Amino acid sequence: MRNKSLSSRHSPLASSGHQLDILEHCADIPSFRSKLEEAGMQSLRPGAIEVFQINIGKMCNQVCGHCHVDAGPDRKEIMTRETMQQCLNVLERLPVRTVDITGGAPEMNPDFRWFVEALTSLGKHVIVRCNLTVIVANKKFNDLPEFYSKHGVEIASSLPFYSAERTDRQRGEGVFQDSIRALQLLNAAGYGKTDTGLVLNLVYNPAGAFLPASQEQLERDFKTELKRHYGIEFNKLMCITNMPVSRYLEYLIASGNYEKYMARLVTAFNPSAARNVMCRNTISVGWDGYLYDCDFNQMLELKVEGYAKHISEFDDASLSSREIRVNQHCYGCTAGAGSSCAGSIA
Amino acid sequence: MNDNREHYYHADDLKKFTHIGEFGKELADKYFQYYSAVFAEGALTAREKSLIALAVAHTVQCPYCIDAYTTDAIEKGYSEKQMMEAVHVAAAIRSGSSLVHGVQMMNKTKEISM
Repeated sequence: MRNKSLSSRHSPLASSGHQLDILEHCADIPSFRSKLEEAGMQSLRPGAIEVFQINIGKMCNQVCGHCHVDAGPDRKEIMTRETMQQCLNVLERLPVRTVDITGGAPEMNPDFRWFVEALTSLGKHVIVRCNLTVIVANKKFNDLPEFYSKHGVEIASSLPFYSAERTDRQRGEGVFQDSIRALQLLNAAGYGKTDTGLVLNLVYNPAGAFLPASQEQLERDFKTELKRHYGIEFNKLMCITNMPVSRYLEYLIASGNYEKYMARLVTAFNPSAARNVMCRNTISVGWDGYLYDCDFNQMLELKVEGYAKHISEFDDASLSSREIRVNQHCYGCTAGAGSSCAGSIA
Repeated sequence: MNDNREHYYHADDLKKFTHIGEFGKELADKYFQYYSAVFAEGALTAREKSLIALAVAHTVQCPYCIDAYTTDAIEKGYSEKQMMEAVHVAAAIRSGSSLVHGVQMMNKTKEISM
């Protein structure tokens, strides 16, 4: 089961409608909207767009147990160069500095390098969400560290823990060792080293049905352990809470943890995290060019409110006046210290 | 009284712990206030206290406490190895407390032996 996506297994959970139905009918869980209202927020409204997050495809060399994208080698949905060009057309006139490229494994899109080069030539700060193992998965990817370094790309890479056992349980057998090799290659290219300006951030997300530890504490532990055992250095650790979406939702249900996890998220609801959620300063673009409030809404196919729903009809006025769409999965971003693609938010 | 009370312990009972004041509010309130104070950051961090609690939970063999502090310790960033070492500390002290009574057995044996 672990080597195939929900989609290729024809699982009912591959349907976003089915996922939403499950999320909306979890016993004893108040609606996220009512929780927002209790905290004095009638709705979530966006501020200025600071981050343009672009998902350039669901294709990936891994099939992680928690993946909210349901990515995998069997997924063929990837962004075309035409859609990338539409993104570039918008970004050329938009004062957004940061472009966050994600997937799947974005590097597997054949137009990935072209896109990164075009973005950096527009003067954008590019973050790539690299799963690490792709660097060592195939010879044609071995030079990625040099490519990244040449273009000053910031790397954000998932590593659920500093031990092989916990990492491989979530991401697949052998992933930890391959990730370590890739991190060493990135370090050799100057990433994560003091004074090179080449940023290598790691992303922690719990390998199970629990919330992340304190980001500061985990960062200290990761730095000590990775340095001691593998000589690896990195800049920051970003803690992300797992969202009850897609394959992680499947895991929660199959392991009997779903209701308990949802209850845990609700108990840990933090109004201050709710005020700082990333959907307020981020716009998410899907592989087919549709616009979403975040990558999770994207996977649940909850397109942005307003008349401009596609990158080809991008309209600042429509987006800035919209209400952000919320549902029960949003509890994931507001629990405890909060969660965003840049880590804790409260 | 319902159904499945054929077992003494029920995982769901843990969340009913907060209702323990139903039969005696004043003492329950004092207990929970004390409990919160004990686990607050102090000379020891809340993280250190969590690992102590996990070890003690094994010593007193409380399934509710083991569930609660396993989750808490993981959420405070402890690894499986660290948690197991803490349990071994508890087990070592517990077994040691039996074994050290062997001295009493030896003393008594010598006292009554030629």
